[in-house]
Amino acid sequence: MIPAQFDYVRPTTVEEAVQALRDGGDDAKLLAGGQSLLPVLRLRMADPSLIIDLGGIAELKGLREEGNEVVVGAMTSHHDVARDDTLRQHVALIQEATKTVADPQVRHRGTLGGALAHADPAGDLAAPALALDAQFVIAGPNGTRTVAAADFFEDYFTTAIGEGELLTEIRFPKFTGWGARYEKFNRVAQAWSIVAVAATVKVEGGTISEARIGLTNMAGTPVRARAVESALVGQSASEENVRKAAQAAAEGTSPTADADAGSDYREHLARVLTGRAVLAAAG
Amino acid sequence: MTTTENPSTPAPEIGRDRRRKEDRRLITGRTRWVDNQALTGLLHLSVVRSPFAHANIKGIDTSAAKQVPGVVAVYSAADIGADQVQLPCAWPITKDMKSPQRPALAGSRVNFAGEGVAVVVARSAAIAKDAAELVEVDYEELEPVLDMEEALKDGATLVHPEIGTNANAQWVFDSGEAGSGGDVAEALKKAESDDDQIVVRRRFRQQRLVPVFMEPRSTVVDPNSEQLTMWSSTQVPHILKTMLALTLGLPEHKIRVIAPDVGGGFGGKIAVAPEEVLTLLVARKLGKPVKWTETRSESLLTAHHGRDQVQELAMSVTKDGQITGLDVKLIADMGAYLGLVGPGVPILGAFMFNAIYKIPAYRFDCTNVFTTKTLTDAYRGAGRPEATFGIERLMDEAALELGMEPLEFREKNWIKHEEFPYTTVSTLTYDTGNYEAATEQAKQMFDYDGLRREQQERRRRGDVKQLGIGISTFTEMCGLAPSRVLGSLDYGAGGWETASIRMQPTGKAEVVVGVSPHGQGHETAFSQIVADQLGVPFDDVEILHGDTQSSYKGLDTYGSRSLAVGGIAVVKAAEKVIEKAKPIAAHMLEASEGDLEFSGGKFTVKGTDKGVGIQDIALAVFAAHDYPEGIEPDIDAHATFDPENFSFPHGTHLCAVEVDTETGFVSLYKYVCVDDVGNVINPLIVEGQVHGGLAQGIAQALYEEAAYDDQGTLLSGTLVDYTLPTAADLISFDTANTTTASTTNPLGVKGVGEAGTIASTPAVVNSVLDAIRHLGVKDIDMPTTPYRVWTAIQSASGHAGRADEADVASPGAGLGSTASDISKGDTQGGHL
Repeated sequence: MIPAQFDYVRPTTVEEAVQALRDGGDDAKLLAGGQSLLPVLRLRMADPSLIIDLGGIAELKGLREEGNEVVVGAMTSHHDVARDDTLRQHVALIQEATKTVADPQVRHRGTLGGALAHADPAGDLAAPALALDAQFVIAGPNGTRTVAAADFFEDYFTTAIGEGELLTEIRFPKFTGWGARYEKFNRVAQAWSIVAVAATVKVEGGTISEARIGLTNMAGTPVRARAVESALVGQSASEENVRKAAQAAAEGTSPTADADAGSDYREHLARVLTGRAVLAAAG
Repeated sequence: MTTTENPSTPAPEIGRDRRRKEDRRLITGRTRWVDNQALTGLLHLSVVRSPFAHANIKGIDTSAAKQVPGVVAVYSAADIGADQVQLPCAWPITKDMKSPQRPALAGSRVNFAGEGVAVVVARSAAIAKDAAELVEVDYEELEPVLDMEEALKDGATLVHPEIGTNANAQWVFDSGEAGSGGDVAEALKKAESDDDQIVVRRRFRQQRLVPVFMEPRSTVVDPNSEQLTMWSSTQVPHILKTMLALTLGLPEHKIRVIAPDVGGGFGGKIAVAPEEVLTLLVARKLGKPVKWTETRSESLLTAHHGRDQVQELAMSVTKDGQITGLDVKLIADMGAYLGLVGPGVPILGAFMFNAIYKIPAYRFDCTNVFTTKTLTDAYRGAGRPEATFGIERLMDEAALELGMEPLEFREKNWIKHEEFPYTTVSTLTYDTGNYEAATEQAKQMFDYDGLRREQQERRRRGDVKQLGIGISTFTEMCGLAPSRVLGSLDYGAGGWETASIRMQPTGKAEVVVGVSPHGQGHETAFSQIVADQLGVPFDDVEILHGDTQSSYKGLDTYGSRSLAVGGIAVVKAAEKVIEKAKPIAAHMLEASEGDLEFSGGKFTVKGTDKGVGIQDIALAVFAAHDYPEGIEPDIDAHATFDPENFSFPHGTHLCAVEVDTETGFVSLYKYVCVDDVGNVINPLIVEGQVHGGLAQGIAQALYEEAAYDDQGTLLSGTLVDYTLPTAADLISFDTANTTTASTTNPLGVKGVGEAGTIASTPAVVNSVLDAIRHLGVKDIDMPTTPYRVWTAIQSASGHAGRADEADVASPGAGLGSTASDISKGDTQGGHL
C-alpha cells in the first residue's frame, strides 16, 4: 500500500492553489480530506505527478450565514458539518446525510467539498446538494464562477469543475422549518450506499406544501425525483398518499447492476426508500 | 526461612475477571510487530504477482526494474531455486492423495491470480514496489478452473495436468464398516419404503471466506546471526522452524523462529507461506537481512482462504422424530495447491456432522478438488463450522417436514446428560455435557416462548418487518491433541504441548510455553493458573512464548488447544516444581517429607505452624549453601502433556432477526448463547472469545464472501468489497455459561476459541429463513445479503428477480469505479 512517487505542495491561499494547478498541468491532483484519493493512490489506481494539498488554506474552512444562505467552505470536515447548529436549523438535510458517511474517522478527515468534487455516484452528499439547489463556487485562473447543483454533476466522477479550477464553497439556500431525512441503504454501516434517498419537505397544517427529493446511486449523477415531488404537493402526509407518490421514484433513473444489486432491485429500493424518507421527513 | 503464625490462603486466581496484562502494550501500539523490526542494512522485498488465474509464463523481463535506483536485485523463480521448492502439506489424508508441487514462486505456470512470479529486492519498500510495477511478464492464458463440480467431470480442464485429475483425494467414513453403527444406504432405502419414515435431502453451499486478521503478514530474515533468525507473524513458530529445515534441507539447530506479538490469525497464519521461504532464500543469497510485509489486498488475495464446500445431505427420520440415518457427501475446494493442513480441514467435519445427536447409521464421503483459486486451509473452526452448519440447517428442515417444533426435534435426538460418557457413531467419546441445562437457560434468557408469540402476531398483522427465530445446538471437538488419534488420521505431527517453569532467585516465575498466542490472552490466563498452582502472586509470573530459542519445544496455537493442552502442561510443570521443592523444604524445616503439605504457596509441617514459602525455596536453591545430599539445587521443571481425548464444548445459541420484507435487509434482533466450555479460568477472556467468535460466525451468515468472476479474478480484493461487519452492524450479545467440567484434564477445561464461530452461523441463517418461510422462501445461499433475501421473496411470490446481476464488485466504493476512470490500463504485475 505504497503510492507511486509524486511531488507535493501545500498552498496557503486559493490564489496559490490555482497557481499550483496551472504549474502542475494535466497531471496534478487536489488533495482535500484524502478519504477517496489516498486509497486510490495507495492501490496505485492513479499516479499523479503532483499533489496539491488544500489542507493549509484557512479560507476554505468553516461555515457562515449570508442572508438567505448558509455558506460552507469546501474544506469543512464532515464532522463539523454534522454538528453545526446553523445547518441543523436551516439545512437539516445535508446534515442528516453527512451523519451517515462511513465512520467517525472518515468523517473527521473527509470534507464536504472533497466528497462533492469527487462525485462518486454512491457518495451520500451529492443527492442532498441537488435536492437543496446548492450553488457551487468554483475558483480558477479567471476568478470565480458559480454553478447550480443541477449543472454541477455531469457524469460518473465528473463535475463542472474545469481544468485549473477548484471548488471553494457550497452555498445552501435556507430551508428553515422543513423536515429532512436521508434514508440510506447499504450492507454494512461503513459501506457506500447501494441506494439512498434524500428528502426534505415542508408540511403546513398536515399538508405537504413543498418537497425536494434527491436519489443517490440511481444513475451516474444524483437524480431529482421530480415526479414524486409534484405528486406529493398538496397531499396530506399520510402513509398511503406518500407511498403512492413514491411509486414514481425510479422514473428517469438509470441505475447500474452489480453484485450488491440488480437495476430492478435498485429501482424497487428507490421507491421503498423514498416513501420511508418522505414519511420520516414529514413526521 | 519464614515461620507463619497465621497462614492465610490468597483468593484463587482461577475464575477471576482479570483484565488482560498484555493489553496495555497491544492496544496502545507500544509493542514490536514483525514489521517494526529495523535491522541495520535491511532490504525490502516485493512480490510480482500474476493477474491471471491460469497461465503459462512465456518470459519475464526484469531489465527495466533492475534499472531503478535503489534496486538491489530482481529474481524470477529459477534465479533463487524457488521453483524447485515443495512447500509442505503436513496432512496427507489418504495414501493415494494427489499432491501437486507447490513452489515458492511459479516457474512455468501460474495456477491462481495472485501467485508470485518474481521478487524485487530494494533499499526501501517503496522502491521495491515501484520496481515491481516495471517487471514485464509474458503470459499465455489458460482456461481457468472455477467450479468444483465441473472440475470433477470427465474432460474438465486440469489445474495441474501432470497429476492427471482435479481430484485431490476422497475420504470416507462409514459407520457400518467401522462397526460404530449401521449401514446408511440401507437405512435410507428402508426409510424410503417405510410409511412411518421420511427422507429429507438438502444441498447447502458453504461460501468461501477470508480470515482477515488485523495485522497483515510480515517476515524478516537475518541470515547473519549464528542461527539464521526469522521473525514472522505466524501462529506456528515451532512448526515453521521444523518445516523450513525439512523443506529447504537446512539444519534445524541453525534456525531460530520468533513470533513476537502477532495481531490475530484465526487459522490464517497456520502456514509455511511462500513469502516466508522467499524472504529466507533471498536473505541467504544476498547475505543481508530482508523484510517482506504484505498489503491488505495481497493478504485478501493470497493468504489462504477458508470454507468453500458443496454439501449434499440426506437424513432419514421416523415420523415421530427419531433420526435413523445420516448421509453426508461433500465436495471441498482446495484451491490451486494444498496448504499446510488444507486437505484435512473438511475431514474434521466427519466427526462433527453427527453433532450432539444419537444417529444409528452414518456415512461421510468427502472429495477434495483443485481449482485455479487461492488455496484454502484452516479458518476459525476448520471443518467444524461447515459440519455444524450442515447438520443444524438440516435439523430445522427435517423438523419442518415433520411438522415438529425444531427445538423439540433436537431434544428428541440429542444425547441426554446421564448418558455421558457417550461414544458417537463417528467413534469419538464425549466425556461430559448437559445439553438440557444449556438449552433451558438459553430459552429463559431469550424468552423463547414470548418471541414465538411475537412472531405469530407479526405474521398475523402482515408486518413489513417479520421476525425469525433460529436455533443452533452445537458441540465441537477441540483442544487438538491427542497425538495417537491425530496419528490415526495421518496428521503430520503430534498434539502434545509443553511448558517450563524457571524459578528466579527473587521468587518470580518465568513460564515458558510452547503454544503461541496471537490475541487470546494466554499471558493473563496462564499467569492465573501458575499463581494458583504455586501460590505466588499473579504479578510475579511472566509468560514467555513465541521464540524457539527460549520456547524450544511446542506445537503452537490453533484448534482451541492452548488452554486444554498447553494450560495443562503448565499445571504439570508446576506440579513438578512443587515435587522438586519438597525435599528442600523438608531439609529447611528439619522435617520429613511425609509430614509436609503444600498449600497457598507454602510447605507446612502438618500440625505445626512451621512453614516455608516456594519463593523462599527458590532463593535457597539459588544460594545453594545448604541443601540435601543427592539432589540437584534446582526446582525448575519442564513438562509435556498429551491428553487422551479432545475436549467437547457445547452450547445452545438462539438468534432472532428482523427481516425487512420490502428491502430484504436482515437486522439482528436478539442473540443469546449459553456455552458450556467447562471450568472457566478467566470469565472476561471467555466472554471476549465468544463475542469475537459470534461476530465472525454471524458475518459468514450475513456479510462475508470471497467471490470470483468468470475469469478467476477475486472480486473482493479490498475491504471495501469484502464486507466485514463492525460493532455498528451487530447487537449486544447475551452470553452465559453452564459448567460441566471436562473429565479429561485436571483443570476440567474445554476450548472456547472457536465455539462462537462454529455455533452461530446456522442459528442466524435458520432465523432468516424462519422469518420469511411463510412467504414461500425455502433456502437462501450465504451470505444472506439484502439482494438475495429480496430476490428469494420475489421468486417465491412469482416475481422475477436478479435478472441482471452483474458479476462485478460494487462500483461506488470510490475505488472500483475510480479504477477504470483513472487507471492507465496496464495490468502487468497487478496493482497491490
